[in-house]
Amino acid sequence: MLIPLSHYLVVSALLLVIGIFGIFMNRKNVIIIMMSIELILLAANLNFVAFSGALHDMVGQVFTMFVLTVAAAESAIGLAILVIYFRNRGSIEVEDVTLMKG
Amino acid sequence: MIQNLAFYLFSFILLASAVMVVTNRNPVHAVLFLILGFVNAAVLFLLAGAEFLAFILAIVYVGAVAVLFLFVVMMLDVDFASLHEGFQRYAPVGALVALIMFAELAFIAGTWAIAPAGSADRLFPTPADVSNTVALGQLIYTAYLPLFQLSGVILLVAMIGAIVLTHRDRKRSLHQNISAQHARTPEQTLVMIRSPLGEGVALPQTQKEEETL
Repeated sequence: MLIPLSHYLVVSALLLVIGIFGIFMNRKNVIIIMMSIELILLAANLNFVAFSGALHDMVGQVFTMFVLTVAAAESAIGLAILVIYFRNRGSIEVEDVTLMKG
Repeated sequence: MIQNLAFYLFSFILLASAVMVVTNRNPVHAVLFLILGFVNAAVLFLLAGAEFLAFILAIVYVGAVAVLFLFVVMMLDVDFASLHEGFQRYAPVGALVALIMFAELAFIAGTWAIAPAGSADRLFPTPADVSNTVALGQLIYTAYLPLFQLSGVILLVAMIGAIVLTHRDRKRSLHQNISAQHARTPEQTLVMIRSPLGEGVALPQTQKEEETL
């Protein structure tokens, strides 16, 4: 691999930080929060792949595939929950999700 | 040299589109920037030597997950402008947390090195004679077969769960009610009529009422 590992680490660290920043900024919009979670998982995947390439070890790529699988399942279930929540309440604001508050 | 240039270009576009995802007012634009970011991340995967995962990212993420986001955003009739309120209020806290976290990660990335003897501890070194896809397939169908099957089960559970959650039984369509059909008896449905000569068949009272209705 020609590109040094530290470059990949910096890019994925920035991606993770942008994702966390997005969760803080869009505290009302669940869709943007889910997209920020996707960005965070992408940063983790980028780290896995970069280490796999730098160390010449295949296990990182295998685990990236598993992370992709879990992320796809997570977003499918999350969007389904979002759709039925919107159908029942007519809103997707996070602050409205207070049904379990005693 | 050309690889370095490509790396900087695509990582810059990736980070810029990630910023646009979290700061954009319009969620449709945010999803489109997310797609752009995933495509650029796929190129970064290619540069790191993970060809199969790059195409998986392009096909599964851009083709399925991001388009699923796009469908949901366009399906929900939400006033997205009101959801954007409080953006300025949360900005200082968010920026502070992001800055602290990036500083910590930069400390780790700056002072960290691979031990020289660490390469002996590799579980499955990348084979030099086969392609990336073949090497990955040789791993996931042998050493990681149980985990691979389990990830398939996870996808199945997610699919069934999403269908069960969002399926709505509309009563407009004509269903076959099998138990009602089996419970029918001739006494409920069959009417014996003895018609007088020369008068034809006179319908019973109940059936006449039903017809007028």
